Amino acid sequence: MIAAEHGSVVSHALSPSRRIKDRAFTVAVWTCGLIALVPLVLITSYVIVKGGTALNLDLFTREPNPPGLPGGGIVQSFIGTGIIVGMAVLFSVPLGLLTGVYLSEYGRGRFAGLVRFVAEILLSTPSIVAGAFIWAVVVVAMGTFSGFAAALALTVLMWPILTRATEEILKLVPDDLREAGLALGLPRWRVILRVVIPTAGAGIFTAIMLAVARGLGETAPILLTALGNEFINTNPMTPMDAVPLRIYFYAGSPVVQFHAIAWGAAITLLAAVLALSITARILSHRQVKRTR
Amino acid sequence: MTSIDQRRDERAEVPAGTRRNLRLGDTLFRGGTRLIASGLIVLLVLLVAVLAVDGFRPFQQYGLHFLTGRNWNPVRGRESFGALPFIYGTVVTSAIGIALAIPVSVGLALLLNEVARGWFSNVLAVLVDLLAAIPSVVYGLWGVFVLQPVMDRTIEPFLAATLGKVPVLGALFAPNVSGGTQGGDLFTAGVILGIMILPIVTAVAREVVMTVPRDLREAALALGSTRYEMIRMAVLPYSRSGIVGASMLGLGRALGETIAVAMVVGNGLGIHVSLFNSGSTIPSVIANEFREASSAGLHKASLLALALVLIVIALIFAALSRLLIRRSAALVSAEPAPEALETIAFRGGEGGLP
Repeated sequence: MIAAEHGSVVSHALSPSRRIKDRAFTVAVWTCGLIALVPLVLITSYVIVKGGTALNLDLFTREPNPPGLPGGGIVQSFIGTGIIVGMAVLFSVPLGLLTGVYLSEYGRGRFAGLVRFVAEILLSTPSIVAGAFIWAVVVVAMGTFSGFAAALALTVLMWPILTRATEEILKLVPDDLREAGLALGLPRWRVILRVVIPTAGAGIFTAIMLAVARGLGETAPILLTALGNEFINTNPMTPMDAVPLRIYFYAGSPVVQFHAIAWGAAITLLAAVLALSITARILSHRQVKRTR
Repeated sequence: MTSIDQRRDERAEVPAGTRRNLRLGDTLFRGGTRLIASGLIVLLVLLVAVLAVDGFRPFQQYGLHFLTGRNWNPVRGRESFGALPFIYGTVVTSAIGIALAIPVSVGLALLLNEVARGWFSNVLAVLVDLLAAIPSVVYGLWGVFVLQPVMDRTIEPFLAATLGKVPVLGALFAPNVSGGTQGGDLFTAGVILGIMILPIVTAVAREVVMTVPRDLREAALALGSTRYEMIRMAVLPYSRSGIVGASMLGLGRALGETIAVAMVVGNGLGIHVSLFNSGSTIPSVIANEFREASSAGLHKASLLALALVLIVIALIFAALSRLLIRRSAALVSAEPAPEALETIAFRGGEGGLP
């Protein structure tokens, strides 16, 4: 604000070279803005165009046809993704939520500082490493690739995300509420469970949505743990398919009919992920507004 | 039930031991959440330890030659595992990605924080964030079918004809081993990485730029500087270490990116100077070979050793970047920004609670 007023008031007195530099800077940063938008526009528009034409009911209801026989779908991938991500949510939400509660409500000591730091650097865990780790621990022990192992690999990635998000959200809850609860004689844990968490409910929900969006799109950890298959399978203790995995397989396939299915799966995946991210953003925007 | 006043009096006067049933719940809850929180540390330790144990054999057999050897051959009987081509590919693609992303990210952070205002700035920020939401495999699909053909036919020949003629530097942009620019290559992978890390680098750069105290900006403006001069004199010097931290965070992400890179990098095994040659990165070779690798020989152990190398590097970068970003914030904390003051007040208030 200040900068704008300043620019308009004093610009007459500026030497040409200073004015030109200032203008050039403004043009340069706006160019950066444009450059950043180009890939988003290109990627979404290509996925919409190519994926839109490939969408049909078979995609969601049929198993894959053998190469050469047109049509078919990837219903097993959608079922697999649902089961794998569902289990990952089941594992990671309690872990992430309670870790976040600890950091926000009790987290002042050195130990909490260490946990916070570990959560931060775990956010940078390469997803393929999570897959390799779970392979070495779970797949080897079970003797088989499985949807369950894939869910654990996603949990490794989602736990720190949910931890950081929960902590940030709980910090937004005004201290007055905590004090009011304590003043009523409630023990601290009940204040947290009955006052703090419900107040931050919408925010926690958006954090879960963002974590699910992340889990839906992960390919590498699932590749190393769930293996993939081409028929409907609802037993999570055996190899399972997933939508991103199928896109990866089909994109690398020489069979052209599979490319179209890959685009159809991609538009579905992208729509789901973007819908979750955008809704989460709108909800959290509202939440921040309300708590202010 | 006792009245509120009575109970508060009790809490104030009676020694802690007698309020056992009140305390017990708190102790259990605190202890429980603390236990789960410590699980995160256990997870980190396990991640490194398990991969170190399972990936130990190649280091035992080859020593550090595992990292410097140029020959990677999993064929039984002729097995040889030297990971240099993958390390090279990882470094080169990440370097391209970061070189492309940093200038745009810093410019974008300045645009969003200092130049654009109101709803437009918000919308732009959300759109950039949405880039981070796009799944890696969708980047890869787009990369294979859209970006790569454009790169092969238009952009790379153009670069070869222009930058390729420059002495020394030109070798990077020379035609590849088959004499052209066809096929997946390190350069295309680097461009995809640049796009993918743009949102995270931008977000951290914005965070860093935001910590520069208002007083400094106002002082610069009061001295009569233009917006550009204010940013150059007040904002950038204070943000430098934070921006380095943001770059390192981006670099850490780029190093570990798997599927999109595996789809466009060409999966070659050689080391060539020209960026228009196919290559492999550490994550891409793990993704490509892991499922087929037999656990009996050294192949799988070598891939797990690569995963170990990857996580150690990624963790170091993440830790360093966090420290740099914190230092950047601490630089200005001698004179706390209003937000910092709020945080302190909040913490103090919380500290006073039972």
